[in-house]
Amino acid sequence: MRNSARHQWIYAWLLLSPAMIFLITFTHYPAIQTVVSSFFSTARGRRQSVFIGWDNYTTLMVDEVFWKVLVNNFWYAVWTIPLSIILSLAMALWVNEKLRGRGFLRMAYFTPTVLPLIAVANIWLFFYTPGFGLIDQIRSLFAYPEQNWMGSPDTALYSMIAVAIWKEAGFFMIFYLAALQTIPPSLREAASIEGAGKFYYFRRVAFPLLMPTTLFVSVNAVINSFRLVDHIFVMTEGGPNNASSLLLFYIYEVAFDYWDTAYAATLTVVMLAILTTVAIGQFFFLDKKVHYK
Amino acid sequence: MFPKMFKIASVASLASLAAVGSAFAVDLEFYFPVAVGGAAATTIEKLTADYVTANPDVNIEAIYAGSYSDAGVKALTAARGGKPPQLSVLLSTQMFTLIDEDVIVPFDDFLSAEEQESWINGFYPSFMENSQTGGKTYGIPFQRSTPVLYWNKKAFAEAGLNPDVAPANWDEMVQFGKKLTKKDSSGNVSQWGVRIPSAGFPYWLFQGLSTPAGAILANSDGNKTNFNDPKVVEALEYLVDLSAKHGVMQPGSIEWGPTPKAFFEGETAMMWTTTGNLVNVRKNAPFDFGVAMLPAKERRGAPTGGGNFYLFKDSTDEQKDAAVDFVQWITSPEQAAVWSIATGYVAPRPDAWETDALKAYAADFPPALVARDQLKFAVAELSTYENGKVTQTFNDALASAIAGEKTAQEALDQAQATADRILKPYR
Repeated sequence: MRNSARHQWIYAWLLLSPAMIFLITFTHYPAIQTVVSSFFSTARGRRQSVFIGWDNYTTLMVDEVFWKVLVNNFWYAVWTIPLSIILSLAMALWVNEKLRGRGFLRMAYFTPTVLPLIAVANIWLFFYTPGFGLIDQIRSLFAYPEQNWMGSPDTALYSMIAVAIWKEAGFFMIFYLAALQTIPPSLREAASIEGAGKFYYFRRVAFPLLMPTTLFVSVNAVINSFRLVDHIFVMTEGGPNNASSLLLFYIYEVAFDYWDTAYAATLTVVMLAILTTVAIGQFFFLDKKVHYK
Repeated sequence: MFPKMFKIASVASLASLAAVGSAFAVDLEFYFPVAVGGAAATTIEKLTADYVTANPDVNIEAIYAGSYSDAGVKALTAARGGKPPQLSVLLSTQMFTLIDEDVIVPFDDFLSAEEQESWINGFYPSFMENSQTGGKTYGIPFQRSTPVLYWNKKAFAEAGLNPDVAPANWDEMVQFGKKLTKKDSSGNVSQWGVRIPSAGFPYWLFQGLSTPAGAILANSDGNKTNFNDPKVVEALEYLVDLSAKHGVMQPGSIEWGPTPKAFFEGETAMMWTTTGNLVNVRKNAPFDFGVAMLPAKERRGAPTGGGNFYLFKDSTDEQKDAAVDFVQWITSPEQAAVWSIATGYVAPRPDAWETDALKAYAADFPPALVARDQLKFAVAELSTYENGKVTQTFNDALASAIAGEKTAQEALDQAQATADRILKPYR
């Protein structure tokens, strides 16, 4: 009896260990090491790294660029999360209907997800180019003056937001499309017998049934609003004067341009804290309201 | 168990000893970046292969490491991890950072007095400004460039200007620019006078203004900047006024990537950009174009740019000797000529320009000589300790003045204060 219990333990550990080893090596250990590093100075050549307590955090409090990228990241999230979700839902509803060229339309919507962001950023670069860029050429047909989309601090961040939404919406659409197809057709039939209109059916039947998908998509959208910065490297490099810089981009800059790895670790801790708080909030508070009763 | 392992280990170590004993081959790893695409990568690989063929006792692995910043990240990460390449081409401006990280050694220790005289002193002095500090040579110029002015001769003729004369000074650039700026019926600009790209790293071309104004941005020890020198302020005001007051340049920050295309499309009649674009412009410009030195103010002037060879510390003396020998070979006149013709980079030594190959090339395509001649007036690209931070501070200041958020004076005063704070520990 005791022997078989021990066997079960070994068996359990063996089953757990592959995932556990990977999680610890690539997720938990680096996260803890990041927190530890944030309390040390950056080693440079002969100068060793030393314990400096909260110094990195006091630097952070007075770092203007940090506050600026945080505010930028806030607006980036505020615009990309709801807009990409609404857009993806609208697209999913449309391509779920029976219409001609449906397969082609679905593919077209999904294409941005398949293309590497670095590559499409180079294409968007030419859309936004003042004067002979696509957007300005269209505007010139209506005699609008040329507009320096990425080069002016008022529009640089919004130009980046537009690219992010375009990139994300197609991906989220796939989840909504899958969820829509699991809704039994009998519900729609029942609704139409009762005389419910299309919009009423969506508001009272389909949308509530899609809530678990919405939760999943919104968690992803929140993470992406911190993670999706590839196009900034190609398009603006955070400029002009950090107008389009985001937290993760700034972390990269500090770590690999300035080589101030300790301060980069401090910034990473802030990002971890924000993401953890948001994720916990979403799961604990929203999870209860998500499921249709 | 143990005896068996011991046996395997000893056989393995014997085998490796034998390998070392039989061939005296030195293995070198060499990282190189490519900034402008095209022929650069294949040319470096070909030159390296030629060297290895001629020197069978050396084995060089040339590793393409991405853009300049990618290569910098890779080399420093490898060095921190204890496995650096023996040799790398990295930005000349990274010299102080690499010294500060204690990962590179000067070339001087591996050269005889005679080699120092004939080889080190044979490079253009303006290229050496970014390669030497404290009397030691840490970088050997290789992939070097300087910005020049390209102009569209057709647009000049249409505007009633002499198509063969570029603006010689700041006032002329504004005058010419005003004549070249074309507006359509609704008042929108269809052709700008001049385009000076400023997105991402405005400091480089800005040095093409601050140097003629008579200012040097940083000292040669890399621990003091002059960002709020009145002459720097004057240069920044001029740059801002090109759009704000004179209306000859597109307002806001201007991208680098589409700049050659804007020139080809007639969106701008003049552009400032690196000589590294020379081959590209020659192939793609659908009109006659000219290449000139940057216009003068108090004097002529421009920054240099591009990459140097660095010798990494963590390697054996044999490896370092072999690496130095390779660098001497690849920067020798014949090789430098091949490299320069293939890429448009400026051959870094006057004697390379005496080779038949480069003479023939220059006779066929005289614009190639403009960059070389400008080197007399060129100065070091902005480079200090904590280079990333200091340069970014300066970039932010330039960008905020260009965007009209701050006046030139305010922006530069602030940048100088920040740079002083960052550089204090290095004085």
